[in-house]
Amino acid sequence: MSDSPAPVLRAEGLAKTHHGEGAPAHAVRGVDLRVARGEFVAITGPSGAGKSTLLHLLGGLQRPDAGSIWLDGERTDGYSEARWAVERRKRIGIVFQFFNLVSDLSVADNVELPALLAGVSPKKARAGREELLAELGLEGKERSMPGELSGGEQQRVALARALVNHPPLLLADEPAGSLDSKGTREVMRLLSRFHQRGQTILLVTHDARLASAADRVISFFDGRIADDAALDAGPAPRRRGASGVLELRD
Amino acid sequence: MRLHLLALLARGAAHGYELKQDLEQLLGAAYPQPNVGQIYVTLGRLEKTGLIEGEDVEQAGRPNKKVYHLTDAGREALRAWYEETADEPRVRDEFFMKLALAPRTGLADQIALINKQRRQYLNTMRQLSKLAAAEDRENRISHLLIEGAMLHLQADLDWLERCQEELEELE
Repeated sequence: MSDSPAPVLRAEGLAKTHHGEGAPAHAVRGVDLRVARGEFVAITGPSGAGKSTLLHLLGGLQRPDAGSIWLDGERTDGYSEARWAVERRKRIGIVFQFFNLVSDLSVADNVELPALLAGVSPKKARAGREELLAELGLEGKERSMPGELSGGEQQRVALARALVNHPPLLLADEPAGSLDSKGTREVMRLLSRFHQRGQTILLVTHDARLASAADRVISFFDGRIADDAALDAGPAPRRRGASGVLELRD
Repeated sequence: MRLHLLALLARGAAHGYELKQDLEQLLGAAYPQPNVGQIYVTLGRLEKTGLIEGEDVEQAGRPNKKVYHLTDAGREALRAWYEETADEPRVRDEFFMKLALAPRTGLADQIALINKQRRQYLNTMRQLSKLAAAEDRENRISHLLIEGAMLHLQADLDWLERCQEELEELE
């Protein structure tokens, strides 16, 4: 891996222990990670492996007990909560399993809000919102309230909101976790499309179908990286088709 | 292949090349292209066993083509096929035996084996995703086939995860 330019995201020695009732849970135990510009990385693993905690650490939603995080080569150790909130508007977009839209704001306002908070003019915020909603197939839904939309539609609104400020890094935490199979495919298609245009994406998922859209898959077990694999970029080496996978069981 | 051809003939007579095209259209790119030679060989066998009958049809300026139709025995064989349920898929015993025997050999680490196998499954999953993206959206049968393959792989990946959880605890 080359040292230049600085990775969009870098972590060294990250650790986090949850102190709840009962024994302390070591959610993240010494994680080193680099995500280069334009990469699409998926982190998979069983539930409880700590992968969501890792993503929360990387997005500044939780603070590590040990270790450091760099954004575009800049060390974030001294960042305050307020500073992280700014970064989450400008440099990091996040989508969550349960969408986390503001329920009493319209679709349009949900998407424009982060742009306005980032100091973009209302006119530009609106233009950005229109472009993204059209791109995500949500024209005509501007005035709807989140509760009136299907899960798949809400997640597309959340994606628009996450991307409205063109953040260099998109974090996605189980973005299809509460969607049906069709919604999952839709999210997969959209993430692939944004990635093809150069969006850097870090995705946490237990769904291997979704993970296979990434070009690098990290397997996370028990708070640690168990494997870090680049997936083949090329076409299928064996021209067996889908049925070949099933035939193996004969 | 025998019963697939019988099924295609249930609605009416057809010649070998039409059957090949029917299969391709139905199953799409997700299924390996049927080999026309294999189709003719299979039709010959079906005829010999009395499940279909062929009739030569003259063509102007070209060799005769043989049009096949289902016999009563053929229709009965097809009915019996639909009466049975298909066997369930088996767990991959080849990988499982490698995993189970690894500690006895001292030649392979179980976790490393699991990681290697997972990479292969993920690559196959990626190829299936690409296949699904490239396939005609309207071809439901083909998409269902790909989705079936993906769900099987997902189950295999979940199972690898279970193996890893259990075996890491022992280490």
